[in-house]
Amino acid sequence: MAKVIGLTGDEAVAYAIKQCNVDVVAAYPITPQTVIVEAFSEYVFNGEVDTEFVCVESEHSAMSACVGASLTGARVFTATASQGLALMHEILYIASSLRCPIVMGVVNRALSAPINIHGDHSDMMGSRDCGWIQIYAENVQEAYDWTIQAFKIAEDKEVLLPVTVNLDGFILSHSIEGIKVLEDEDVASFLPPREPVYTIDPNNPITVGALALPNYYFEFKVQQDHALRNSFKAMGKVFSEYEELSGRKYDVLHTYGMEDAEIALICLGSTAGTARYVAKRLREKGVKVGVLKPWVYRPFPEKEIVEAVKEVKALAVMDRACSFGAPYAPLGSDIASILYKSGLDIPVVNYVYGLGGRDVSPLDLEAVVNEILEVAKTGEIKEHLKFLGVR
Amino acid sequence: MSEKKPLWQTLPIAGILLEPKSSLKYKTGDWRGPFTPKINQEKCTKCLLCWIYCPDGAIERVGDGVRINLDYCKGCGICVSECPVKAITMERL
Ligand code: SF4
Ligand code: SF4
Repeated sequence: MAKVIGLTGDEAVAYAIKQCNVDVVAAYPITPQTVIVEAFSEYVFNGEVDTEFVCVESEHSAMSACVGASLTGARVFTATASQGLALMHEILYIASSLRCPIVMGVVNRALSAPINIHGDHSDMMGSRDCGWIQIYAENVQEAYDWTIQAFKIAEDKEVLLPVTVNLDGFILSHSIEGIKVLEDEDVASFLPPREPVYTIDPNNPITVGALALPNYYFEFKVQQDHALRNSFKAMGKVFSEYEELSGRKYDVLHTYGMEDAEIALICLGSTAGTARYVAKRLREKGVKVGVLKPWVYRPFPEKEIVEAVKEVKALAVMDRACSFGAPYAPLGSDIASILYKSGLDIPVVNYVYGLGGRDVSPLDLEAVVNEILEVAKTGEIKEHLKFLGVR
Repeated sequence: MSEKKPLWQTLPIAGILLEPKSSLKYKTGDWRGPFTPKINQEKCTKCLLCWIYCPDGAIERVGDGVRINLDYCKGCGICVSECPVKAITMERL
């Protein structure tokens, strides 16, 4: 029998980190992430872990310290949200370019101004091109499971890239859920100590972060892009190993009802739960709705999404972030691009919703379904980009 | 520029340089434009000001005097303006 304990999303991430034998945590508090490092600092204080806990003066310093620690071969974790992630932006690119397998919990929160502490995906979407693997958890269980799997994916020798595990601010970070946790020994056997490829070591000096001008720089960017796209391979292995251990099967994409769906909703994170609830209810009335939840957002699971949607007549793409002035919001752009690439002519309506933590209720999503059914029937899109629930 | 450069697949990841002191192999002298500094050894008083001021360390000491290592000289002309006896001139080569 698996052990079940009640934890908030933040506490669950801290609990996972405690089991992952992390060498260094460098972090700066910011709502709604604070509880992760707060809970973890208690483990450090109580001597339950031997992690070096570095209290830094900003998120920019936090990520810089993480890069330095990771280059020595350490297993490194940090967490942030919103403005904190924005302040790290510069170093996010350095972490991925220097191929540091850092894992970071991002507790998604709106970006200022106006100041708002509640959940949306503006923070991560603002840094989506930073070269990190980006995973979105739907609930607290997933936040726990993904955190453990993230290290194994990041540290794979064919990958060597940092990973963000995203969890919706407050909706997950501060909600208590009964989750199944693994035994410490099981996590330890799943995740042996990191085996770094290159390390900075005074006895064997190497140069990291040197200049590369037009005659070399481009090649390193191509390497990075290749490593990110190629990381699906390592993920496959990690998913099966984790399933063996926990009985929980993860993938790059989660689908619901796609076998016979006429229309589908695509969304990231906690909204997927609401979407499936709505879909289930409507299915009882004979409405064939499917729900897609990309667990992994970068690299983008193109093949899997195309395969899943190819029979549907219309799609609603739900974005909890705005891409100001762009043809679509982030996920909307990605979906439109892959449909174009694969020659699928499926009408898409992109909904921006829930900014600044505005609630999205089952009724809101039911209204979306009704609109999409109409689009499927007429083939006519009245508005390509809509703002759901805005006054 | 006929030198074959490695493909992205064969370069060490992340631009890491595995060999220490490899920067010496990076001959930045080829950044130099058409003007090259030249020391008139007759005029030179061996005061070493150019040696101190050269931002690229391209001026080397030989004996008690100086010489310009054109492998690393970028042709900025700072040595010319710093030499108190005008022993260095920029020549079009
Ligand atoms: S021209 Fe500039 S780089 Fe060249 S020797 Fe003089 S100071 Fe140094
Ligand atoms: S600054 Fe002029 S005088 Fe002094 S060492 Fe250099 S060339 Fe000679």
